Amino acid sequence: MNKSMADLLARAPVITDGAWGTELQARGLPPGEIPDVWNLTNPDKVIAVARAYVEAGSQVILTNTFGANRFRLAGHSLEHKLAEINRTGVQLSREAAGSSARVFASIGPTGRLLMDGSVTEDDLRAAFSEQAEAIASASPDAIVIETMSDLGEATIAIKAAKATGLPVVACVVFDSGANKDRTMMGVTPEQAAAELSEAGADIIGANCGTGIERYVQVCHRLRAATNRPLWMKPNAGLPRLVAGRPVYDTTPEQFAGVAPALVDAGAAFVGGCCGTNPDFIRALRARLKGGT
Amino acid sequence: MEDIKALYDAILTGQEKVAREVTEKALAAGVEPLKLVNEYMVPAMDEVGRRFECNEYFVPELLISARAMKSALELIRPLLAAKGAQPVGRVVIGTVKGDLHDIGKNLVAAMLEGGGFEVIDLGVNVTPEKFVETVKQKNANVVAMSALLTTTMPAMRATIEALENAGIRRQVKVIIGGAPITQKYADEIGADGYGESAPSAVTLAKKQLAATA
Repeated sequence: MNKSMADLLARAPVITDGAWGTELQARGLPPGEIPDVWNLTNPDKVIAVARAYVEAGSQVILTNTFGANRFRLAGHSLEHKLAEINRTGVQLSREAAGSSARVFASIGPTGRLLMDGSVTEDDLRAAFSEQAEAIASASPDAIVIETMSDLGEATIAIKAAKATGLPVVACVVFDSGANKDRTMMGVTPEQAAAELSEAGADIIGANCGTGIERYVQVCHRLRAATNRPLWMKPNAGLPRLVAGRPVYDTTPEQFAGVAPALVDAGAAFVGGCCGTNPDFIRALRARLKGGT
Repeated sequence: MEDIKALYDAILTGQEKVAREVTEKALAAGVEPLKLVNEYMVPAMDEVGRRFECNEYFVPELLISARAMKSALELIRPLLAAKGAQPVGRVVIGTVKGDLHDIGKNLVAAMLEGGGFEVIDLGVNVTPEKFVETVKQKNANVVAMSALLTTTMPAMRATIEALENAGIRRQVKVIIGGAPITQKYADEIGADGYGESAPSAVTLAKKQLAATA
């Protein structure tokens, strides 16, 4: 971990950001379009989302590059724009962040499973290296590998990201099992902590999931299993469908109300995932930082 | 032949090699192919599904069991076909137009294959026209559609309408699934059934076909 990251951690808890996809949709991103392409076609709207989080009090913002890997881009015939989409994504967040926030560049899963034979380890290695290098060329402060379910894929992504020399955050989604404390692939917090650390992640954690309450226990278990700083970005619970649109029932105040428990459980970085917005970040900021 | 029980165990624990070996031995010893399927293999997959539903099994266990089942079935299928036996059903499966998510759809396809269905997988972003064309070509009797996005769910309705317009809606049972899908939505768009999980798709498809017969 570099000095800049150590300085940031000295001020923990660090407030990160909330969801991007829904914020872009609110600004006109059409259903079915891959958000990442907006870095090139609607950069002003992407900056507007980033800026909304900085203004709400995010100390770390992510980038609109979650799906900018060759598999997802190929589905939209955009693979030839991969480097540009990733580089621009970092630049846009940097422009919005100025000196008020750090920029951690997002890398999401490929959407393929090693286990069902739809992709090989070599394919994944090449894809993550390509995206990590494109991201690194625009010099973010760190890379965040998020929303992983399979530790095999996460490990390959971590190694590709580490090869750039940037600090790496790696987090998985616990949304399965009777207590919603396993990933889709059955991974426990203890297994995740051990393997993500072993793969070289500087910071580990969990995002998305089934709401903030269940992530308090997950955070305790991660804390007991690793000495790495912890990153927690839960969603605002599971959505209900109302007239075909997802509606999240958790309010910013309810979400922020649970945040101190997350910090007590060891979280150094706190933010939100699906269903959260700048209001959630404002509420988090007020609750965890006394509104400053 | 007490060794056949090992076939049940091999499928339940996802040991592909063992499943094939036991099947080969049993067939060589003259065990009735249908007996293997009905008394050992199908019950093993039912148990896999049960364990998945009660959170004892996760996606990896589901995949390796389905793989072991498929592998053993490949040995048996030619023998059944030689006797004129048909697959349980012929399924055309795909993730609907505009939606590029394929993990859930792949799981359902693997489970259906494990359940004895012939599966024609059209992949992701499948247009209503492609579904219609394939059902006609392959004379399928089940259409299975997946959608992970609330924004692509309407493509399910469009596909059902396309089947109707092509005059083949009554030839097939339409089953649907995916994170945002509910029974209510299935009823709304006139699908025949909704499955909450990959294993439940198998039970659902069989139940739907039995209702036709």
